[in-house]
Parts: sequence; C-alpha cells; structure tokens
Amino acid sequence: MFFFTIRRLLSSVLVLVASSMLVFALCVASFNPLEPFLLRQPPAEPAAIQGLRERYRLDDPFFVRYWDWLSGVVTGDFGISNGGTPVGPELMGRLGVTARMVVAAMVLAILLAVVVGVLTAVRQYKPEDYFFTFVTYVLIALPTFWFAALLKEFVAIQFNDLVGQRILFTLGEQSPAIEVTGTTSEIFWDRLGHLILPTVSLAMLSFAAWSRFQRASMLDVLGSDYMRLARAKGLPWRRALIRHGLRNALIPLTTVVALGVGLVMGGAVITETVFVWHGMGEYLLMSINADDLNPVLGWMMIAAFFVIAFNLIADLLYAVLDPRIRLS
Amino acid sequence: MTTTQPQDLKTNPATTVDQPQAAEVEREFTVKARSQREQVTRRFLRNKQAMGGLLVFLAVLVIAWAGPLVYGFEFSEVKPEDASVGPGTLGHILGTDGLGRDLMAQIMRGIQRSTLTIVVAVVIALTVGLLVGLLAGYYGGWIDNLLMRLVDLILTIPGLVVLIVVASNFPDARTALGIAVIIGAFGWLDLSRILRSQILGLREREFVEAAHALGASDRRIMFKHLIPNMLGSIIVWATLTAATVILLEASLTYLGFGVANDISLGRLVSEGVSAAQTRPWLFYFPGLMLLVIALCINLIGDGIRDAFDPSNKRVRA
Repeated sequence: MFFFTIRRLLSSVLVLVASSMLVFALCVASFNPLEPFLLRQPPAEPAAIQGLRERYRLDDPFFVRYWDWLSGVVTGDFGISNGGTPVGPELMGRLGVTARMVVAAMVLAILLAVVVGVLTAVRQYKPEDYFFTFVTYVLIALPTFWFAALLKEFVAIQFNDLVGQRILFTLGEQSPAIEVTGTTSEIFWDRLGHLILPTVSLAMLSFAAWSRFQRASMLDVLGSDYMRLARAKGLPWRRALIRHGLRNALIPLTTVVALGVGLVMGGAVITETVFVWHGMGEYLLMSINADDLNPVLGWMMIAAFFVIAFNLIADLLYAVLDPRIRLS
Repeated sequence: MTTTQPQDLKTNPATTVDQPQAAEVEREFTVKARSQREQVTRRFLRNKQAMGGLLVFLAVLVIAWAGPLVYGFEFSEVKPEDASVGPGTLGHILGTDGLGRDLMAQIMRGIQRSTLTIVVAVVIALTVGLLVGLLAGYYGGWIDNLLMRLVDLILTIPGLVVLIVVASNFPDARTALGIAVIIGAFGWLDLSRILRSQILGLREREFVEAAHALGASDRRIMFKHLIPNMLGSIIVWATLTAATVILLEASLTYLGFGVANDISLGRLVSEGVSAAQTRPWLFYFPGLMLLVIALCINLIGDGIRDAFDPSNKRVRA
C-alpha cells in the first residue's frame, strides 16, 4: 500500500507539472497584458509599449517565461495582476469563500446520491423508484443557472414569507460588514443562511447524475452471488444490505465523484454568478474580461491542483476499499 | 415445432427420400429471424419513455421549423407599442420582450439555431473523437500512451473554464455556429476514451484477426469491422452529448461568453433570468422549452442504450 501511494503521488505531481505547462500555454496564447494599452485612444507611444513589454518580459522565450512563473507559483508568488495588486492573497481569500460552497455541495450531493440511489435500487419498480427517477431525469436536463435563478427568485422569497423571518439570503456570501460588527456566532449563522441556496442549486445536478450511477451500481450488487449467499446464510436483510451490499456498491462511486470535480467547479462559477458571490468565479470572469494574465493563470493552477488532488484521493480510496487494485 | 426457414420447406417439399408423404409439415409456431438492427429497433419502439421523448422532440422540431411559416410574427420584428406584454395579449401567444419582439417567434428561431449548434458540435466532436479513439485503441503502444495522456491532461482543467478562455479569444465567433465549433473542439475527450477501451477488446476478436489474415488494410478493418461494432456506444454518446451541448451553450451564454450576435435558446433563457420577477413569461417559457428538449434527448439516449444492451433491465434476484 505504501509503495502504491508513493507511486500515485509521484505520478500526480508529474501530471500537475504537465498541466501547468498546458495551462500556461493556453493562457499566454489567449491573454495579452498589453491589450488595454494597445486599444487606448490616443494610442500609447511605441517607446512606452516597448517599456511595458520589457517589464512584463513578453519578449522572452516561452520556456523562460514559463519557468519564471512556475518558480514563483511553487514559492507561493502568483504574480501581479494588471492593476498592480498581488494575485496570491486575493486568490486565497476568495478560495475560502468558494470552497465553502463547493465542499458543502459535494457532501450534500454524495449523501443524497447514496441514499436515493440505494433506495431506488432496493425498491426497484415501486412508486418511490419512479418518483425519484423522474426527479433525477428532470434535474439532469435543467440548466444550472435557470434552476438557481428559480430558487433565488421564487423559492427564497416564498420560504422567507412562510417562516416570517429572513432565513434564506439570495445575494452575496455574507451580509456586508458583518465581519466587523457581528459576533462569531452571528457571522456563522449569517454565512450559513447565505450558503443554503447556492449549495442546493450546485448540488442538484451532481446528485442527479451520481444517484443514477449509484442505483445502477447497487442493482448490480443486489443481483450478485455474494448477496444471495448472505441472505441464504440467514443474515437479516438490513445487515446484508449494509455490510455486504453497500460497501461494494460505494466503490465505483468514488471514481465517478473524482471525475465530477471538474464539473462541480464549472458549476460553482455559474452559481457564484447567479448569487453574486465574491468568490473565485467572479474573480475569474473579471480577469478574463480584463485580459488579465496572472489571475487567470493562478486560478487555473489552483483548479488543476484540486482536480488532480481529488483524483489522487479517489485512487487511494479505491485502493483501500478494493484490495485487488493495490495488488495489481 | 419451430423452424427458422419456413420458406424453404414450402418451396422444396419432401426433398428427402424417407419422407415421401410429408409434403406440408404442420407447425404450430414459426419464428421469423430478426436481424440485430430489427431487434434493436423493436426494443426501442417498445420503450415507453423513449418513444414519448422521441415524439415530443419531433413535435418540438416540427413546431420550430414549420411554425414560422404559419405564425403571424417574425422573430426580429420590433414593435415598441407591444413591449413587455404578457402571454395571450394582442395576438402574442407567449408574450413579448422589452423591445416588443414576440416570444413565441423568438423561441422557434432559438430552437432552430440551437439544434444547428447541437448537430455541428456533435459532428465535430464525433469526427475528432473517432479518429483519436481509433488511433489510440488500434495501434496501441506509444500513440495510445501519448493520446490518452493528452486527454487526461486536458481533462484536469474544468471544461467550462477552458471553453470560456477559448471563447474569449474569438470575439467574432459569438454566433450559434461559432459556439458550436468551440464546444465541438473540446467535446470529443470522453468519446475517445470510450472508443479506445472498446477497441482494445474488439481488436482481439476473431473476425479482426481473420480480416487481418486475409490481408485487409488497417483502414479497412477500422471502418468496415470496428466502427460498425461500436455503433451502439457511438449513438448513445451522440445523443447524451447533444443534451450536454445545448445546456453548455446556455451556460456559456449566461456567463457572457456564448451566443451574442444570434438568437439561441440559451440566450433567451439567459436574458429571461434577469427579467424573472417582473416578466415571468420571459423566464419560464424559454427555460421550460430548454428543459423539455434536454429531457427528451436524454430519454431518447437512454432508450437507445437500453435497446442496444437490455441487460440492465433484469429483475433483481
């Protein structure tokens, strides 16, 4: 197991480095920091342009620029944005904001997917199965932002009216200036109120896809010989289901969840736009619109890092759960 | 008594010497042989959800393409005096937007453009994915390694973000066709993996070995033997990707990097979001239409998958 882990870790680091090169190539080809200066009226002087080119080191060969940037990233320095602010601290602050939503959404989606997947598999062809199958089909076909807007415009207000109190918030990740004026407990509940709707809308699409997968996986397990043996031995149904069925059925889900991290991150960008969160999604869109190279590079590196990290965790988890993998 | 060749006995009665009196054998059941294509089609036609999805989808397409011929309003007709009226007033079945353009006409036009987007994107992704999958799976070795590593690398970056960055590079490509090309250019990654793993299995089969022994060229084996056997996976992938494409186009447009110079269903939904409170018809109708189309495509795709491989309809023990 130990050597397996080491091998996977090394392979992940290599993939991360290769990914960084791809990200760098893509972004350098797409964004020119001089764009705002070139488009300015009256046009900037050639000498000034040349000075800027030298400052941003745009004339250096590709690999020199790449190495410069990479060595900075490894030490935590993500460079400076076009406006002069350092990218690193901004990214980290916003990462905390977005991570709240993404982690909560993934946990919610996984829990719901397992529960609904197992339920619909065990009660196959019963009304519960048809109901949840219908719900998941609809959720998969929904555009994320439309569903989020639906929750934001119609569900939130009705719910708040119903309860009589403003529980669900629709804008932003916390009330303005609450960090200054509120106690820790107040901040916590305020953030939670802001977190609910975005988490639900982000989780729904993943939940739908994963629950269908979990249902298929559970059906496979329920039809298997070892389940039949467990029942034949006289094990109570629930015990056989949980100890033998569920443990085996959960294994393929780890792979699916790991592969779905990229989709969840894309969904987070959309959800942040709908609910106007000041997180990484807003930062990315702002920077792309402003032709800002360094923030986009930093964003993509962090995204790639998390995707690769999740894949590594899923690989290791899979090896822990299924001994055939680590022995191969 | 069953037989697979009832016609033979009728045309060649009593050809054996030990049955001189059996000119016509009495049978209770006859079974007609069905080709694989027929079997798949029958299974699909029997699938209620899939057939329902297909019928609704075809109805939507007919309305979208034939509707403008009989409908009174044009999608680009601006009537400021009719601006922002609700459904059913002044002859506008679904209402109008802020400029007085009829929503029904815009939705019909949007569906036309969006279906074009789907077709173009799927064709591009199919071509590239087929090529990459075939090369990687059939030749194996370093080509396989290289191509699959490349695919894995591209997949480490969230897809939506890649599309946004690429779309921001081409401000002129903000039409339905341009977005289709961009989405198609990155939509082949999962197809290549699916096809590669299938080919890895298929290439060991006897018919491939036989074809090779008979001197068939690689290209012939790929196109005449491998691809027809993978048709099921390809069709299923195409339908499910079609649903993804239309939703992706909507998301891209919502974020501001999608269709801008053209009408598309995604654009109508995106613009409707900002009008959700004041003019709910602009929000609901395009959104529901998009939902219905994606739902139907998904049902059709699942139906095709079940038709090709009904094993998962087994009742559990």
